[in-house]
Amino acid sequence: MARKVRFVQGNEACVEGALYAGLSFYAGYPITPSTEIAELLAERLPARGGRFIQMEDEIASMCAIIGASLTGNKVMTATSGPGFSLKQEAIGYACMAEIPCVIVNVQRGGPSTGNPTHVGQGDINQARWGTHGDHNIIALTASNHQDVFAMTVEAFNMAETYRTPVVLLFDEVIGHMREKLLVPEPGELPLVERLRTSVPKDVDYHPYLPREDGRLPMSDFGGEHRYNVTGLYHDMWGFPTSNPKMVSELLRHLIDKIDNRVHEITRHKEHFLEGARYVLISYGASARSAIHLARERRARGERIGVIELQSLWPFPREMIREKCREVKAVLVVEMNMGQMLAQVRAAVADPEKVFLANRVDGKLIAPADIKQVLRVIQGRGV
Amino acid sequence: MAIQDYIRQRFFPHLWCPGCGHGIILNNLLHAVDELGLAKNDIVVTSGIGCSARISGYVDFHTLHTLHGRALAFATGVKLSRPELTLIVPMGDGDALAIGGNHFIHAARRNIDITAIVMNNRIYGMTGGQFSPLSGPGILATTAPYRTIDPNFDVVELARAAGATFVARSTTYHALETIDLLKRAISHKGFAVVEILTQCPTYYGRKNKEGEAAEMIERYKHITAKIGSKALEENPVLIPRGVFVEVRRPEYCEAYEEVIVRARQEVAA
Repeated sequence: MARKVRFVQGNEACVEGALYAGLSFYAGYPITPSTEIAELLAERLPARGGRFIQMEDEIASMCAIIGASLTGNKVMTATSGPGFSLKQEAIGYACMAEIPCVIVNVQRGGPSTGNPTHVGQGDINQARWGTHGDHNIIALTASNHQDVFAMTVEAFNMAETYRTPVVLLFDEVIGHMREKLLVPEPGELPLVERLRTSVPKDVDYHPYLPREDGRLPMSDFGGEHRYNVTGLYHDMWGFPTSNPKMVSELLRHLIDKIDNRVHEITRHKEHFLEGARYVLISYGASARSAIHLARERRARGERIGVIELQSLWPFPREMIREKCREVKAVLVVEMNMGQMLAQVRAAVADPEKVFLANRVDGKLIAPADIKQVLRVIQGRGV
Repeated sequence: MAIQDYIRQRFFPHLWCPGCGHGIILNNLLHAVDELGLAKNDIVVTSGIGCSARISGYVDFHTLHTLHGRALAFATGVKLSRPELTLIVPMGDGDALAIGGNHFIHAARRNIDITAIVMNNRIYGMTGGQFSPLSGPGILATTAPYRTIDPNFDVVELARAAGATFVARSTTYHALETIDLLKRAISHKGFAVVEILTQCPTYYGRKNKEGEAAEMIERYKHITAKIGSKALEENPVLIPRGVFVEVRRPEYCEAYEEVIVRARQEVAA
């Protein structure tokens, strides 16, 4: 079967993935370096009978997609750091009310307005803890356009499966770089459609009463079941409650539905990992340089491998601990001051052997930057 | 249908204070829906945060209780994705025009077919009596112990300037007028704003010596007058009631249907 070969930006690969997954509603606000996603969807969605709306701000965009998800649509918004900050309020709402939605953050340099047209990976912890209160969330990432497409499809699948917001954490380099994309044929990648209730009309439907498998079948707004949705702690009807037992049970449900399925949710790739004495752990654009370096050193007989994280949250603690058990040193390669480093150090048995190779000047971390740190660790000088 | 058939009796008693005007507005809204003969499954009530926002939980429609100030943004997503649904958004004065001010003016500018009800009691009730952008100067509030210096918005003028195509005002004293205005607002194709002056005896009334609930309600009879009435002509300081704006302008969701047609033509070409 001849597959459609495209030469695209990462932002366009994300759009293709979203449309493949069945995106039918997008709301957004212009912000560099994610704007191409909005521009492309403004053109593509109406031609498919979908809806695109440019809202008055980032907050409203996040709220609008939650509203549209409730009527039965697969929904998405895209932004970058400053906009991601503004969306946190409504992301928390989607966590609490368990509304499937996808939020793309094409990262640039922060904090604040930061370094708008340059790359950064400083929003990793914000994706996990940006909104207030205990909660859980899924965050995925990718280092090349084929994976941007695949992980975007995964994001929609996971949003539906776990009834949760899913964050796609890309970065400026991935978003703007052009490379080849093979668009899969329909049916080639599995798609998860919304689980809708089988409760008949006029029978009391409990929107927040989990089935035995923990899943909550939904009913579209405008359909046959009328129920309440709120950001307050709620009972099985979705009505606000402060009953201590219900409050505690709901919070534990929100945490457990993801924490109990870490193996099912997390994704990673291994490059040259067999017998590796030194392991590079990286993700997004940084992983490209890490893989490049490992390939080059392997060719010279050095035993260096890469664990490329495709999911950042929930963090695959057990996998990292296991893979790093026998190695001499672990080098976390990222473009921030060590946000994943802290997770890796907490995961491994011997945190002293975990080091950081980073770059935070708006420039893509290069293989040479990583090599320099590696040489120091190996006691070979720079 | 009887009015109680529109409410979720399971969730009563409601949380409003004795004498609060919000129950009157809830009653007026349900009468309006009943008289219009709308099906319960076709109505989505979206609200934000505050005393007024709790209306959504009590009514037997599709109900979305959201974030402070954001009800219109959520409602926009619901409406644009399912334009055949009837969207009603009850909001308090702080909810609608302080934290929600930006969403309010942009929903009006788009002329999206949503009915916004501003339940104006000139105070933040749920948090215990702070002044709002509709309090106006010279009132006492917990955050204005020396009286407010902040000027207030005029909801009607703001909505008109922002592009709302139906704008009306009533009070909790004028219940029958309110039912009529709500019916016209809900039937109107476009963004409709109905401001309803409502009493908060617990915080506003007590602090500002406006008396008990009954006195506060009765006061609306004396401080307002119908648009075009002799009373208003003779005493222009009275607050006008009635319909201020009722015009036709392209509705947002209908206009988007044309975008879909154009996009499909271009793809086909």
